[in-house]
This record gives sequence, C-alpha cells and structure tokens, in this order.
Amino acid sequence: MLDLGVLAAAAEQVTGVLGDQPAPDAIEARRMQALSLAVHIPIVCFGIAFPAMILFVHGLYLRTGEAHFKALAKRWSKVALTLFAVGVVTGTILSFEFGLLWPDFTATFGEVYGVAFGLEGVAFFLEAIFIAIYVYGWDRLPRRTHFLTGIPIVITGFFGSFCVIAVNGWMNHPEGFGVENGDVVDPEPFNAIFNGNLWHELIHMYLAGYIVAGFIVAGVYAAAHLRGKRDAYHRTGLVVALSFAALAAPAQVIVGDWAGRTVTKDQPIKLAAIEGLPTTTKGAPFTFGGWYDAENNTMNGGIEIPKLLSVLADHDPNATVVGLDTVPPEDRPPVNIVHYSFQIMVGIGTLLAMLGALFVLTLWRHKRLPRSKWFYRGVVVAGPLALVALIAGWVTTEVGRQPWIVYEVMRVEDSVTSSDGLELGFAVLVAVYLLLAVAVAWLLRRLSAQSPEREVVHR
Amino acid sequence: MAEICLGLIFVGLTMYAVLGGADFGAGFWDLTAGGDRRGGPVRGLIQRSMSPVWEANHVWLIFVLVVSWTAFPVAFGAVFTTFLVPLFLAALGIIMRGTAFALRGQAATIKEARVLGAIFALSSVILPFFLGTVLGGIAAGAVDVADPAPSNDAWTSLVAITAGVLAVLTGAYLSAVFLAGDARRAELPDLERAFRARALGIGVVTGAASIGALFVLRSDARPLYDGLTSGAGLAAVIASVAAGIATLALIWTWRFGLARWTAAAAVAAVVLGWWLATRPDVLPGLPLDEAASPDATLTALVISVALGLLLLVPALLYLYRLVLAGTLSQGYEPLDQQFRPTDGDGS
Repeated sequence: MLDLGVLAAAAEQVTGVLGDQPAPDAIEARRMQALSLAVHIPIVCFGIAFPAMILFVHGLYLRTGEAHFKALAKRWSKVALTLFAVGVVTGTILSFEFGLLWPDFTATFGEVYGVAFGLEGVAFFLEAIFIAIYVYGWDRLPRRTHFLTGIPIVITGFFGSFCVIAVNGWMNHPEGFGVENGDVVDPEPFNAIFNGNLWHELIHMYLAGYIVAGFIVAGVYAAAHLRGKRDAYHRTGLVVALSFAALAAPAQVIVGDWAGRTVTKDQPIKLAAIEGLPTTTKGAPFTFGGWYDAENNTMNGGIEIPKLLSVLADHDPNATVVGLDTVPPEDRPPVNIVHYSFQIMVGIGTLLAMLGALFVLTLWRHKRLPRSKWFYRGVVVAGPLALVALIAGWVTTEVGRQPWIVYEVMRVEDSVTSSDGLELGFAVLVAVYLLLAVAVAWLLRRLSAQSPEREVVHR
Repeated sequence: MAEICLGLIFVGLTMYAVLGGADFGAGFWDLTAGGDRRGGPVRGLIQRSMSPVWEANHVWLIFVLVVSWTAFPVAFGAVFTTFLVPLFLAALGIIMRGTAFALRGQAATIKEARVLGAIFALSSVILPFFLGTVLGGIAAGAVDVADPAPSNDAWTSLVAITAGVLAVLTGAYLSAVFLAGDARRAELPDLERAFRARALGIGVVTGAASIGALFVLRSDARPLYDGLTSGAGLAAVIASVAAGIATLALIWTWRFGLARWTAAAAVAAVVLGWWLATRPDVLPGLPLDEAASPDATLTALVISVALGLLLLVPALLYLYRLVLAGTLSQGYEPLDQQFRPTDGDGS
C-alpha cells in the first residue's frame, strides 16, 4: 500500500540560483532538447550493442579463419566508427544544451549530478581512443592485440550509458542532497549516482540498445535475403544481429515489468498518466486507448479491462492505484502523450518479443532459419519499429516526469534559459538534423553497396 | 580542491587548444588549399592525419564542460546564459564539422568530397572563432554572475572578436607545424615544403596578432592586461613568446619534430598565463571559493577524474604512439586522386 501522506507533503522546492528572469521560450527549449535526444539516443543504441556484435564475429574469424567473418566484422567496424563520429557530435550538442537551455538546472544541481558526467567523460574518451585504434588497426596490429583493443569499446559503451542513465534516474528519483530554504545543500555525488531508478532504467536501456541495433542490422540482411543474397556473409550478418535482438526482446518484457512497478512506487503520478487513471482506485482497470480530458480530469472512451492495472502495477487485483486527482492540475504531466507513448512502446515491444521468440524456437527446434518470406519482411520492419518503441519509451519517462526537471524538487520552468528567439534556433536545429540523417543514410547505403570481398583484399 | 579542479579545467583547455585547435587549423588549410587538383595533395594529407585522432581530440572539450559544470556550476550556468548565441552557433559548427569530415572519408565522387569538404573546412574556421569570442568575452568581464542574461554585446566586443580571430590563427599555426612533420614522416617532400612555408607565414601573422591583442586588452580588459604584464603572468607571456620564436627557428631549419613541441608549448603558455592572470578568481569578480561546489562534490570529482586519468593517459599515449609510428595511417593519396580510377580498390 502507498502512503498518501508523503505525496500531500511534497518535498521543499528549489527555484534555482541564477536569478529570476522570465522564461519566454520554455516550450521551444523542451522541443530542442527532445529533438536532440531523439537524434542521439538511437546512435547510443549502436554504441551499446554494436561493438559486442562486431567482436563476436571477429572472434569467429580468429577461431575459423573464414574470410567472410573478417569481411563482416571489418565492414561493421567501419559503420560503428561513422556512427560513433555522429554520436560524438550529437552528444556534444547535448552537453552544450545543459548550459544553453537549462542553465539554472546545471547551476543549481551540477554539484550533485555532475560527477556522473565526469566519469562519463572519461568513458567517452577511452571509447574514442580505442574505437580509432580498433578500426584503423585492421591488418596493421598483431591479430591478438587488435582483437583486445576492441574489448574496451564494449566496456566503455556500457559504462558511459551507466553514467548518463544515472543522471536521468536521479532526475526521476532525486537523492544525495538536502534542501534548506530553497537552496541545495550537502551534495553526496555517489549517492546521487546510485539512486533508486538507476538499475532498472540502465538494464531497460541496455536491452533496448541490443533490440534496436540488433533488429536494424538484421533488417539490412533480411532485405538482402529477400533479394536472394543468401551467401555465408549475409547469413552470418542476419543470424548474429538477430540472435542478439531475439534474446534481448523477451527479456525486456520482464525488465519492463520491474520498471513499471518501481514507477508505481516512486512516481505514482507518472504511472497515473501512463495509464490514464483520473482518480485513485482500488482494483484499477487497465485502459486501452481513450482520450484524457484535462479540464474535467476524466478519461473518455477507451477499452477498460477490469483490475488489470492493479495486477500489473502491484501484482494484486485489489491493489489501490494512485490517480491524477491526488495532485493539483499544474503538477500533472500531459497525460495523453504519456499514455499513448507507453501503449506504443508496449505494443511494439510485445510484437518484437514474439518475433524474437519465433526465431529462437525455429533455430533451436529445426536447426535452421525460418523459411517464410513473411518472417524476413517482419525483420525488415522490426528495426524501424524498435526505433519507434525506443523513442516512445523515452517520451513516456521524460514527459511523464513533467512538470518537474528534478522530480518534485525543481520545476522545468524554473530551470529554463531566459533567452527568447529559441524558435529560430529550433528551426535551424531541425534543418541540421534532417541533413545529418540524410547524410548518414546515404553513407550507410554507400557502404552496403560495396562488395564484401573488398574488405578482405583491401589493405 | 577547488584549485585542483580549476587546474583540471585549464589542463583540459590547453589540451583542447593544442590538439583540437590543430584539427580546426587543418580545416583552415583545407579551405584555403585551392581547387580540386591543386588542393588535392593537401587535403589528402589532412584526411590521413586527422582521421584516427580527431574524435579523441574533440573529447577534451566535453571534459572541460563536465568538469566546469560539476566544480563551478553557477559560473557555468552564467557563462552559458550570457553567451547563448555564439555557443549555439559553435554547437551547430560542431555537428557540421564532425559529420562532414567523417563522411568525406567515404565519399565516392569528387563532387561529394567537394561539398562535404567545404562544409568541414568552413565550420572548422567558424567554430574556433565563436569559442574564442566566448573566452574573450569572459576575459573582458562580460558575465554578470548575479543575474546573467543573454547578451550580444558580450561576444561582439573588441576583446571577444580579437580572441576569436586569435583562436582561428593559433589553430592554423599549430596545424601547419604538425602537418609539416606528418608530411615528412609520410615522405612527401612537396607537402613538407608547402606546410613549412605556411607554418612560417602564419607563425609570423599569429605572433603579430598576439602582440596587437595585448594592446586591445590594455584598453578594454585592463585587469587581465595587468595580470599578464606582471609577476607570474608576465613570465608565462615571455615563455610563450620564446617558444613561438623557437618554433619559427626550428621550422626555418627544417626540424619539425621538435617544432611540434615548442609550438604546443607556446599555446599552452598562453592558456597558463590567462589562468595565472585571473587567479584567484574563476570569472572576473567571482572568487574561487565562492564559485566552487561543496567539498564533497569536488573530492568525488577529483577522485573520479584521477582514476580515469590512470586509464586515460596510457591509452592516449598508446594511440599517439601508434599514430606517430604510422601504424594506423592509411595509405596517402591526394584527395582528388582517390576518385580517378573508376571504382577500384583505391581509397
């Protein structure tokens, strides 16, 4: 059961140290941040998952000496380097935005969460060093050394996301500081890093990285399969990428349940927004679809499944689930965005888990790949769908955090820059990112058009 | 602790000014190399030299940012509020430069390489200019820490513009010295001569501009000028001038290997001098102990970074050793020549 008294007496709030200039462009700032994250996060997925996939194939090459393994690992490592370059620049934009868009958030709380980014900077540095050595080291470093230089890329990719997720977890579950008269006091940086949201968010995102990168890469080779390219090179690309994704997708369902129950406990209003639950209810139903009316705090339409929400949230059909009415309207997030993002994520996640399970079962029972064309078409679509689910998941957790930048401690509007004219900046940023997307897509097509033999003879 | 953190920031700034600056300078030479045929060799060398290292060099900027906002959050917030416009433009430059450079390595036709190269080279010149205006604006005392507001006067003052121009020139100078050395190691005597001439020319220009900048500081940023012309600040300035002259002499006598170090030392001495002249303030008018985060944060940061450096320093040394030994170098080819053979295995 939840202690509603805690909610009623919310934590003391902080308005920031940088003075109190009006913030005319808060919405534009949020759009810029959301756009920049939506561009960066998919690239992060490749940073998390791709190096492990590359090293796996590289290891197969070292064990068997088969040329097609080398060709594939080398080709993938070039793609990884290019995506890393894009990640370097889009990641830099994010760190600029900490100051440009949210100066008062950083000025007020940098002393609490900043150390996590210090560590992330180190991880990022090591990643940049070793990815250069690894990718440019093909055919130049001794075989064993070369393989070993790939391992730090895998580790730093994980550790870097650990640090960043730690900060996001902290924003949702702030710990490691006190508030006195509206000022932040007694920062405990390591307690802030190991906050209550860290582990489930990290593992959820880590698996998401494997699902997104795995299905997108597999989609390339599934499309090739449909065009009749079924040699060892293309088959390996398909099986390795798909195996990573197919194992991660069902596991994600379990981690998702863990994440959901933590949100129920720690951020009940976010859960209420996710589920579109206007009033606190015992034995709450699960609402599929529907439209939330913020003015009257009602949920209109939608299909209700009795008691299911209580089961999902607390594993108990008669559990009480906190509704939106427990906080004043200005403390509620935009419910419809959160509600639909969540349903999109869960819907796609379920489909992907089924696709992954089908692949694993076929491989295990029949020792062969599925034969149906529809399976391969499904894999081609799965990549983009996984991307949609990824973004929908982040929208759920980040829009669900509103109106807080530090949950129940600092409001977004108190942290945003006092600059106006951000519309122009937003428009320019949209244009630049569109160009970036076109350029990267063009490059990847160019790479995949080259024959794989080139990687083996090419020195 | 606060001193150590400020020291870390200045170490990061120095590394970024030297290594990142040289990469920007490479863009400057790329931009001014001339047409496809005439500029092909220069661009080929730049592509070859920068490819394995530019990402690691760029991370110093991120290092500076994260240490700043952790150790001196209020100063960081105030600076980013005040310099919204140039920092936003610099951020756009960062996206353009990095992506265009990475993609140019994969271009398949001279036309593609031309467009991507132009974006890379132009943004390499614009980016250090804007970053320089921010540093100049900070030095001129344009940040109101108590109640910061976005200001265009802050980055368009004479001091700021001067700093922007100096940032571009310094990068070009470092880059010319480094590339002359790279050309020698790649056994390309024509390029060696070309970059030697560039290094000498831009070295003289940069030196003259630096002296001019001192006069600008004298009239518009008096406290910094006083700091740089007395005591430890003066020593750093003299060291920088000496290193600059030594570099010119070394280049004149074709000793590029040593010149690499003296050129870097000249730039490092300027950053060091700036630090010595600003001490004990973090920003003009903001004393260190007022600006610094509580000790718990600073200790955690220093421990984290120190542990990180234990891994980072050997890794960086390994990378630069491989690069300088030519192990990671791809075969050199003038950029325009890469597209001559019709889709061979040439690149």
